Amino acid sequence: MESGLTLNHFLAVSGVLFAIGFAGVLIRRNIIVIFMCLELMLSAANLTLVAFSRFNTTEAGLPDYNGQVLLFFIITVAAAEVAVGLAIIVALFRARQTTDVTQIVSMKN
Amino acid sequence: MDANTIAWLILLLPLASAAVIQLGTRRAAGVSALISTGSVIATFLLSIMLLVLPEDAKAEPLSWLNLGEDLTVNIGLIFDDLARGMMIIVTGIGTLVHLFSLGYMKDDEGKARYFAGLSLFMFSMTGIVLADNFVMMFIFWELVGVSSYILIGHWYNKDSAADAAKKAFLTNRIGDFGFMIGILLVWILTGSIYFDEIATAVGGVQNANLLNAAVLLVFCGAIGKSAQLPLHVWLPDAMEGPTPVSALIHAATMVAAGVYMLARSSFLLVEAEGAAHAIALIGGLTAFIAALMATQQNDIKRVLAYSTLSQLGYMIMAQGIHHGSEAGMFHLYTHAWFKALLFLGSGAVIYACHHEQDIWKMGGLRTRMPKTFWTFAIGTAALIAVPGTSGFFSKEAILEAAWHDESGFAKIAWTLGIIVAFLTPFYMVRLFVVAFLGKPRTDHADHAKEVGPIMWVPLAILAFMAIFSAYFFIAEPLNAGGEAHLPHFSITAVLSLVGLVVGGFLGWKLYAGKDSDPIRIPLFENRFYLDELYQGIVRVCQDFVGMTLDAIERYAIQPLTTRGPALGALGLGYVMRAFQTGNLHAYAFLFGLGAVIMLWLFVF
Repeated sequence: MESGLTLNHFLAVSGVLFAIGFAGVLIRRNIIVIFMCLELMLSAANLTLVAFSRFNTTEAGLPDYNGQVLLFFIITVAAAEVAVGLAIIVALFRARQTTDVTQIVSMKN
Repeated sequence: MDANTIAWLILLLPLASAAVIQLGTRRAAGVSALISTGSVIATFLLSIMLLVLPEDAKAEPLSWLNLGEDLTVNIGLIFDDLARGMMIIVTGIGTLVHLFSLGYMKDDEGKARYFAGLSLFMFSMTGIVLADNFVMMFIFWELVGVSSYILIGHWYNKDSAADAAKKAFLTNRIGDFGFMIGILLVWILTGSIYFDEIATAVGGVQNANLLNAAVLLVFCGAIGKSAQLPLHVWLPDAMEGPTPVSALIHAATMVAAGVYMLARSSFLLVEAEGAAHAIALIGGLTAFIAALMATQQNDIKRVLAYSTLSQLGYMIMAQGIHHGSEAGMFHLYTHAWFKALLFLGSGAVIYACHHEQDIWKMGGLRTRMPKTFWTFAIGTAALIAVPGTSGFFSKEAILEAAWHDESGFAKIAWTLGIIVAFLTPFYMVRLFVVAFLGKPRTDHADHAKEVGPIMWVPLAILAFMAIFSAYFFIAEPLNAGGEAHLPHFSITAVLSLVGLVVGGFLGWKLYAGKDSDPIRIPLFENRFYLDELYQGIVRVCQDFVGMTLDAIERYAIQPLTTRGPALGALGLGYVMRAFQTGNLHAYAFLFGLGAVIMLWLFVF
């Protein structure tokens, strides 16, 4: 690693990203935005995995690819989850004519 | 056949019969009855063969329970003179009762069950008689209790019969509990449960008080089984069973088991003088009080039941008297014949009068049932000790023994015995006059017909025995434990003769030609209110225990095990419900908070 970047820099960025995402989930009312914030949190986790993978070299000097493999799994699952999640949101909107989560508080009706 | 085979066959044949009936031929009532009757006739013949065996004949014991060197329990058989004599009574009367039952229970729905019960009883009773140790005796003791329960409750869909069966069983259990502790105490004191070993070891027992206690506890078993005061209450109720059962079990054999057990362990009574006095006293009191109760009963079987109690009191009394044991066994032997006769006779009357048991609804049976009338008359004569009949000799033997015992207790017992000698003729003449003489008081009695030969032949045989069983030509070969002696002129003999005449005359005078009881003594009629007293005690105890248990249940068990946890879950549910707002933000926040807390817990 020629650059001055250390693992801590990556983890800090990842932590900030995660915090922004979590804050969005807690604060925003629009369910689409909340959904995007969730994606943000996933990305933060992905960044952590890659960072650890890069900085955690094996004896042969290669990165530990376990982290990167896991990353691809997460991306794949996230893609599927987005498809399902968006479908649910569309169905929800059709039923309630709103995307405001404070309006959607009961399972019935 | 050698002694071993004979003895084991006697014990196991009835069991086999009961098993075959219960497991196989239950649906074929006729076959079952024949199997049962066949087995009892076979055991009777085998018992006669026992009589001619040499004195020292022994059977191989069967090792049953081995608890180290101190305690081994065998199923062993002894057939000394005592047991041989008793076996003749048990199987002899058993045979006649089986034959009589063939007629009496001809159309009964539970005929097969009835005969299986009889066989089971014969097995258990044989076990008691032949037992060579206390533990085996106790096992069979319980078995006769069970078979008596089954047979009393034979007509179990009648409430009174079911209740009587329960009452008999429970009352016996009280006595048996004492018996069990007594056996343990005897074992602790003498180190053995075998009769022959105890007999030699008992002389070396130092602690006289403990020995007295042990003997009294053993006697508790006899109080229960032989229905002595204060546990006599079950026997009159046991008359709810079929009449042949009353004759066999509740008059001749099972109730005499207590007397037999005391005679078997008479060596204990010789050593434990205090206990022997108590036994003589309880026996005398039972004889007296039961005779009083008998004077005011109207049910033909109940009168006989109370007279059985009274006679059992005599026998028990004899056991407690110095040198009285043989006289007691002799009375057991003669009483078995004539009381079985009386019960079977009453059974014939009840059968002929369409199950009418109230003597005031009978009358005039003398001309209608002459055979029953004459045999019943002979039985009555033996019971009230008319000179020349068997009952006279055995009763004299007991009273003479009591007279010759020097102790004060024996004198009290003797006095009670003499009073009973006045009462017995009175109530028996009353029963006889009311039931058989005069005019028939109901249609049932008017249309009564003589019973068939299957029923009157056993009566005739028993009547023969009722008169002659005491004479040497029968008593000696049957090991009766005594025989007829010409009574010497003594105060006892005179007094009992006076009693016979006075009691009998009063009974005749008061009751001849009467249509209802001229005297009413509620105290005697209601059996001294003892049943009510017991019921009250039981009720109070039961209520108290019930209330205690209820309180424990309500205030300890419920809060801790059922209501407590349920309330906890309910409360937790209320708390948890507060979280289920439906607000997505709150969920996310709580989830995040939870994750942070978990992380914090795991990492730091």
